[in-house]
Amino acid sequence: MIDARGLSCPIPVVMVQDAVKKGNNPAELTVKVDARVCVENITRYADSQGYRVTVKEEDGEYTMTLKK
Amino acid sequence: MSVGTVLKREDVKLTKLAKCAGCGAKVGAGVLAQLLGDMKVISDPNLLVGFDRSDDASVYRVKDDLALVQTVDFFPPIHDDPYIFGQIAATNALSDVYAMGGEPKLALNIMAVPKDMPPETVHEILRGGYDKAYEAGVIITGGHSILDDEPKYGLSVTGFVHPDRVLKNSGAKPGDVLFLTKPLGIGILTTAAKVDRTSPEGMALAVKLMTTLNRAARDVMVKYRVHASTDVTGFSLMGHGLEMAQGSGVELHVDTGAVDLIPEALELARLGLLPEGMYRNRSFAEAYVDPGETALAVQDMLYDPQTSGGLLIAVDPDDADALFEELKEAAPYTRRIGAAEKYRGGKRIFLH
Repeated sequence: MIDARGLSCPIPVVMVQDAVKKGNNPAELTVKVDARVCVENITRYADSQGYRVTVKEEDGEYTMTLKK
Repeated sequence: MSVGTVLKREDVKLTKLAKCAGCGAKVGAGVLAQLLGDMKVISDPNLLVGFDRSDDASVYRVKDDLALVQTVDFFPPIHDDPYIFGQIAATNALSDVYAMGGEPKLALNIMAVPKDMPPETVHEILRGGYDKAYEAGVIITGGHSILDDEPKYGLSVTGFVHPDRVLKNSGAKPGDVLFLTKPLGIGILTTAAKVDRTSPEGMALAVKLMTTLNRAARDVMVKYRVHASTDVTGFSLMGHGLEMAQGSGVELHVDTGAVDLIPEALELARLGLLPEGMYRNRSFAEAYVDPGETALAVQDMLYDPQTSGGLLIAVDPDDADALFEELKEAAPYTRRIGAAEKYRGGKRIFLH
């Protein structure tokens, strides 16, 4: 799980990119962020890499699940 | 021991001190409209362009053949080299005068400096500003600086224009041809650079564009029947285009294939390296934009906040070819990107 809460973009999306590269395209990845912009940026990246994205929001925090 | 004491002062990168990059730091157009909504507007027959018009600069008629153009623009560091940052900030501030068809003449420095910023850094920022002002034929006559944790720099610029030759952003007519004089993607390149994802070549291109005065483009366009002009900066092509469309009572049709999109920025857009300002611009303008079949990454480029971007020009169709020929020389990145048409109600910008 990548915890990118408290970090502002583009740092969280870069953390996800690094995790995808290091993990050699893992089948599933969970990311926590606390800004809508990060959700949007990570979703764009995930789309470009062929992941499906689901987002759960709770108290201004977003849990994103990326699945191949 | 805190991080601050470990780092030598010169190790602190300028852009790390900035929360937003360049024009991305701009307050959103929607918020701005709200904030200014209930301000008392003083009418004066000599005030040709005031802040009720959301134009690039204010214009005041001094006499029949002379009007004053005034504008101010400043922002936090968008580049780690203070000399380059100074040049970019000055180029961007001067641009508003060019966008009105005016000639800048005088400027004042506006500066915010952290207490511990080395004097050489401050000097380099100012030198960048002075060099660009000099190139523009502008004299910097003074200024004002304050202490602030986040550095900022810019200029308040005064210029002149003939009162009958003011180029507002609101004069576009149906049939006008649209030109854009710089490519898009500057905001994305500078955002990605903060996390070292922009190539040195990409950053060099961004710097070249941001430090290119809109003077040459202005000098050409004032010779033709230009009905509207604005510089594309923080509110993006879509935001500034929307202001042009609404102010002029027309709709704009943009041929997205004709817009010069910096290829590296487009790739970074696909990877989600987009500035927060892009999303602000989207929420301001997208209700008025019909994206058609345009790919998301291309749309994102059209909403990308530009620092010191190019001019968006609406010209009489009979002058379009001649203007284009001359602009290609003066501003080689110029593209013919679409046309203004009669407003049919509904959306204001159509992407094709």
